Amino acid sequence: MTEEPLPAWSLPTDAVERIALPEAWPGEVTREWAWGEATGAGVRVCILDSGVETGHSVVGDVQESIAISLDGDEVIVDRKDTAGDLCGHGTACAGIVRALAPECELASVRVLGAGFTGSGAVLLEGLRWAVEQGYDVINMSLSTTKQKFASLLHELADSAYFRRTMLVASAHNMPVESYPWRFSSVISVGSHDQQDPFLYYYNPSPPVEFFARGVDVEVAWMGGGRLVCTGNSFATPHITGIAALMLSKHPELTPFQLKSLLFLTSTNVGGES
Amino acid sequence: MSEDLHSAVAAGVLGAEKDYRELLQSIVEVARAIFRAKASSIFLLDEATDELVFEAVAGEGSDSLVGVRFPSSTGIAGFVLVSRQPLVIEDVLEDPRFSRETAESTGFVPKGLMAVPLLHEERALGVLEVLDRPSDAHFSLAEMELLGLFANQAAIALDLLQRARRAQEVLADQGDAAVLARLAQKLELRRAEEEDSAAAELLAALEKVL
Repeated sequence: MTEEPLPAWSLPTDAVERIALPEAWPGEVTREWAWGEATGAGVRVCILDSGVETGHSVVGDVQESIAISLDGDEVIVDRKDTAGDLCGHGTACAGIVRALAPECELASVRVLGAGFTGSGAVLLEGLRWAVEQGYDVINMSLSTTKQKFASLLHELADSAYFRRTMLVASAHNMPVESYPWRFSSVISVGSHDQQDPFLYYYNPSPPVEFFARGVDVEVAWMGGGRLVCTGNSFATPHITGIAALMLSKHPELTPFQLKSLLFLTSTNVGGES
Repeated sequence: MSEDLHSAVAAGVLGAEKDYRELLQSIVEVARAIFRAKASSIFLLDEATDELVFEAVAGEGSDSLVGVRFPSSTGIAGFVLVSRQPLVIEDVLEDPRFSRETAESTGFVPKGLMAVPLLHEERALGVLEVLDRPSDAHFSLAEMELLGLFANQAAIALDLLQRARRAQEVLADQGDAAVLARLAQKLELRRAEEEDSAAAELLAALEKVL
């Protein structure tokens, strides 16, 4: 936009035209409109996890491999991380996203490996770094129960939301509070037990907002392996992959609109199963 | 009252560690039986060394693994701890590094495993794992729920065990807190044995001072 930026918190009548949306939504939003023919091309997806194995047949190319660690208070960013995947989980998530959005760009931001102690701080710094890079979607299964990180994570989640980075986070059903999946600026995902990767439900009783395939999912694993896994952390990359498809077809969507589009195309709302 | 002293008094201390260890053992035995699994274990996070330690094992490995340690942030247990997410591996389709690495932390090569974090309030205390359920057992969301319930119970037991250990350390210590804790322990024991009027009077007097 070459014009003067609008004032941040108000909209004068003569500026209304300037926020006209480029694309009108149809009366009935269909999945065909939402992502028909889309491949994920042009969308940058970040897997904030245990690392991603490069060259796995299911995952294909990984455009960036970054590792975040802490040395005291100093954040170390290794932009050429060669450690691969330390657990297998990040590779699994990347494979699911790749299967749904074959032409998206994948970036692995590894925040695991330096020990449990300090892992909350590394998670926070990894997320901060990923948000600063402006990825379109960040997939994260990691969370923290530490109250002291909650407000910082909240700020980061909001800042991602305002910068058009959609955070997709695994919900969990343990009887404790954890973050950042509970924040309303992220998309939180739980599991259903059906097999269709494009079957997803909107949950009218948040905090968990969507349910996607998370039981008996065949996934890539480190060492070129493949496993059958269950957990919300495998449901999450299904929504990430579908979000990548939507953004590749409608790159102008804000996180708010993206969430609305997921809602409108959910199997229990208007989407076909 | 310091937290440690509070723990010392609250835990009742003598014999408590043994009781809580038995409770943990009972939890893994029941988890193994309910899921018809080959083995089940509870790992405790040792924050001082940043390692996971086998605290209780049922089935395969029960005679050799207790006390064995490994780094806290690698492998399935490490991921579960850091992510606070339960993870279930149903089947190994192609044999990857998974087998070797999990074998190192389980004592044998499992075909599948369920791992769930043990969370108590803000803290992640450890991990509960159930290894190799029968191949005909289909995993469902209901079982995930059941696993979560077990984890909650195990987390409480693990928290009690840690408190008891901290309390033991306080008792073994020579500081003022230790003297008070030992006094509290003695009084508690005497009160438990019989209606000891001297102990009751001293307690009442202490109560007044406090």
